[in-house]
Amino acid sequence: MKVLIVGGSKAVYFLCRTFLAKGHYVTVINRDPGECVRMARRLKVTVIQGDGSDPTILEEAGAHGADAVLAVTPNDQDNLAICQLASMLFDVPRAVAMVHDPDNERVFQKLGVAAFSTTRTIASMIEQRTALDEITNLIPVGEGKVNITEIRLQPDSPVVGKTLRELSLPGDSLIAVVMRGGEAIVPRGDTGLRAGDQIVLITLPANHGPVLKAITGETI
Amino acid sequence: MASDLFIVIVGCGRLGSHLANQLSRAGHGAVVIDLAEKAFANLSAEYSGFSVEGDATELAVLQQAKVGKADIVIATTRDDNVNLMVAQVARAEFHVPRVLARVFEPRRKPIYRRLGIETVCPTSVAAELFLESIAAPLTLENRP
Repeated sequence: MKVLIVGGSKAVYFLCRTFLAKGHYVTVINRDPGECVRMARRLKVTVIQGDGSDPTILEEAGAHGADAVLAVTPNDQDNLAICQLASMLFDVPRAVAMVHDPDNERVFQKLGVAAFSTTRTIASMIEQRTALDEITNLIPVGEGKVNITEIRLQPDSPVVGKTLRELSLPGDSLIAVVMRGGEAIVPRGDTGLRAGDQIVLITLPANHGPVLKAITGETI
Repeated sequence: MASDLFIVIVGCGRLGSHLANQLSRAGHGAVVIDLAEKAFANLSAEYSGFSVEGDATELAVLQQAKVGKADIVIATTRDDNVNLMVAQVARAEFHVPRVLARVFEPRRKPIYRRLGIETVCPTSVAAELFLESIAAPLTLENRP
């Protein structure tokens, strides 16, 4: 596959390296002469110095035969122009723009340009991580063959209000201790679970995910 | 031109501020957007419109400038790609009936046309005027 990347910085350097490792041909367009020289020295890529939203530069970089164009400059407006030129003038089958303003992801799509927002991706990853804050992996036992995990039960957990007997946890799992109001309870079948309880859970790695899902209601 | 239009001007440089001043004087409602607050010093004392400091390629800034209510959007920044993007967003996202963009690079003009954006290219306009002057016979009045 012939990939044309417009932009700079370390992200582009490592993108190039990834594409090259997979056997693709890569051409880079960058405005900065110094960065062009560095990139050409360190990677087996064709480097064109210039403005990627200039049709003549795109042509020089071989946009006509490119299978994909990636516009990852720091400016949303440049990435839009690059992708529109690539698909309108050079019939590149796949042009993808990076956007910084997450709103532009939707706007670009409306304008017929595939776009992804790193800001949104990172933000949602961080949100997911904090949502899982109630889960702490305590200790792996037996070289990771057993997991001991501590979970704080949220009010919306599907297990709140049920007794252990009523739970249908997958096999090879055990709620070993329930911490409630500073007291440790070794639960029995008739012990009910409440929101705010800290439970210590023992699982085998194979069903760790399904058990966590059964307890928190979230997909991990 | 009716005198109660609402016009958003992007870029408050020499051209943008000149347009804003004139349109405001003619009785139209105006908003100018510029990245730099100091650009608004170009607006005359009689300018009665609003100014919004911000990047017009950020959707929230266009919303703040009430582009959704605009009858006309004119993109006059120094950056062709900003003008191209703002013009397209104004049309596709905010359904502005009339959108104009300044474009410096004459080679880009055909693309703008294909995207359905009205453009004014200062380079071509100036070149035409020069050529006209050159073609005009020397008369007593226009002799240097």
